[in-house]
Formats: sequence, C-alpha cells, structure tokens
Amino acid sequence: MNWTWFHKLGSPKWFFQWADRWGKVCFWFGTVLLIVGVIWGLGFAPQDYQQGNSFRIIYIHVPAAVLAQSCYLAMGIAGFVALVWQMKLAPVFIKAVAPVGAVMAFISLVSGAIWGKPTWGTWWVWDARLTSVLVLFLLYMGVIAIQNTLDDLQLADKAVAVISIVGVINLPIIKYSVEWWNTLHQPATFKLTEKPAMPVEMWLPLLFSALGLYLFAAGVSMWRMQNEVLVRERRANWVKEEVMKRGV
Amino acid sequence: MHPVRKKRMITIGVILTLLGGAIGLVLYALSTNINLFYSPTQIHAGEAPTGVTLRAGGMVVEGSVQRNPQTLDVSFEVTDYAQKVRIEYQGILPDLFREGQGIVAQGRLNDAGVLIASEVLAKHDEEYMPPEISAALEASKQADAKAY
Repeated sequence: MNWTWFHKLGSPKWFFQWADRWGKVCFWFGTVLLIVGVIWGLGFAPQDYQQGNSFRIIYIHVPAAVLAQSCYLAMGIAGFVALVWQMKLAPVFIKAVAPVGAVMAFISLVSGAIWGKPTWGTWWVWDARLTSVLVLFLLYMGVIAIQNTLDDLQLADKAVAVISIVGVINLPIIKYSVEWWNTLHQPATFKLTEKPAMPVEMWLPLLFSALGLYLFAAGVSMWRMQNEVLVRERRANWVKEEVMKRGV
Repeated sequence: MHPVRKKRMITIGVILTLLGGAIGLVLYALSTNINLFYSPTQIHAGEAPTGVTLRAGGMVVEGSVQRNPQTLDVSFEVTDYAQKVRIEYQGILPDLFREGQGIVAQGRLNDAGVLIASEVLAKHDEEYMPPEISAALEASKQADAKAY
C-alpha cells in the first residue's frame, strides 16, 4: 500500500495548502446539502403516523448526534497517532475538532430534550442513552478545558491525546446502551445490516442533512486547523511567505 | 515498525484493554441500577422492592384502560407479553399514551402489587411512517383478518 499521503499529512505546510482548497469545497457543498436536507425534512417530508409533526426534529437531532460521536472517534484516532507516531498535525486536529464536536453534542442533547417533552412527556430522564451522551459532552468539555489551561503546549497535547483515546470507550456504550439496558430512548432506526425502519421519503432528507453536516463540520475543522497551524508554525519561513503573499 | 512506536502502541493497547474491561465490569455490576425500569416479569418475580419509588415499563394492554369520568384517575395494565402489572395514575397522560403503546411509569408498588404512579412517560419505537402508509397497513390487516 502507498503511504505517501499519510506522510504528506505530517507536513503542516502541505496540509495548509491542501486545506485551503478543500476546506472551501467541503464547507460550501456541506452548507448547501444541509440547507436542502433541513428544509426538505422540516417542510416537505411526510409526518409520522404517531408523533405527527414533532418527529421532524429528527432531521436536526440525528445528524448532530451522529456527528458528535464521529468527531470523538476521529479525535481518538488522532490521539493514537499523536502518541504513537507523534505527528505534528494530530494534536492540531484534536484541538480544532473538539469544540465542533462539543457543539454537536450540545445540539443533540438540547434537540433531544425538545423532542422528548411532547413525545415522552419529559425533558430529561436519567436513562443509559441520555446519560452516556451527557458524558460525551462532558468529555469534550474536559478536552477543551485542558487545552486552554495547560500552558505547556507539549504537555497539553499529550494529556488531550490520552483523554481522547480513553474516551472512545464511551462510544460503544452510547451505541449499545439502548440494547444492553432498559431505556426510555428507542433503539436505532438505522442499522448496517437491515433496511431502515422508515420509508425512503423520510430517510432521504435525513441523509442529505447528515452528509451536509459532516461536510460542513469538515470544512470548519479544516479552517480551524489552518489557524492553529499558522500559530504553531509562526517561526517557519513558509508561514512568513504565506502571510506576505496574502498581504495581511 | 520502529521498536519505540511498537512499544507505545502496545502500552496504549494494554491500558485501553484494562480500562475497557474495568468499565465493562462496573457497568455489568450496576446493570440493575442502569436499567431505567423493571419489567412486569421482574416485578412478579419479586425483584422489585415494595414501598420505594421505582419505575415499571411495558406495553399498555389493549382494553385495559379504565378512566374515571369524574376525575383524572386512570388505571391500566402493562405487559411484557409474559406477565402483567396494574398501574394506577392520577394526572394528565402524554399524547402518545394509547393502548398497545410502550410506557414507563414511576411510582411505588403497594402490597397488592399495584403500582401507584406519580409520573407516566410514553416510549415510542424506532419505526417511523407516514399516516397514509400506517392506514393502508391497518386496512390490509383488517382485510386479512376478514379473509380467515
């Protein structure tokens, strides 16, 4: 297998130029998909036979929840790369993605509460799914807090990499919480091996908004990484050239 | 692979395995506490304590809902298709409450094994469908029933 792309990713300069191009593509393509998916879902998809219109919050809740978990998984992988290969960009990635994931976890908790009130009859209940997602949110908060309080950059990077790796244990707990224990939250509608438990006119807008949110988050994360790269490499010649070229 | 990297990888792997195992055991030990509610079978087997607040969950048995027309009192049975538990409640039920629907009720078991609920929450399943499809399914079910 050809590993040049992996080694190229280790170069902040190469990444900066690559992200310059692809960040914009991801961001704008994602924004369009997201807007289409959300408007389609909230305005035009059929309502549910039991929950009526209140089920439409799924088009915000599910993409945010999926992304919150994906971001953390990506951070865990980056933490592993940061500790084992000590690639420069891995801690940059964690630092850039953590707030994005935290916002997603927050949106999924809040939208879930808003959904829970009319359907279940309560904003919050301490069942396994809700609690484990709250733990995910707190893990994000911990990562952000450590990054901001430790002055020693290397120490902060290492500490955050460790939390990112260890916190990944929470992800299967979130995923299987609805199967291992009795919960108020229903089991997953989408499974890899089975047909989704909703018709195509319902899941297609959901696919749009989920894909859109993925690309949107990727674009935002790339921009945040670019910023962090500029700060960390501020003494490098290529950064000076880049800044001069753009006339900042 | 570089021996230093290999060593780091193994260290992380061992730590993750141990930590994962420890958390797994803790969750397993706490599983009765993590479960949000007791099933009717558990209550019948005497696993649920009486006199303290607990939650019971199950499907509302068809035709078991009795309402007092003068007050907000309502009484119904829930089942996990093995056992049944009667629940009595005074208050406004969630919109999704109906016969055949999953619910979770919080309250105390009295000596007769009836749950005196202070809160009733509705569960819903993971299936979503438009009302027309649900109506069509219902119609075909009834047509099937007639054919027999």
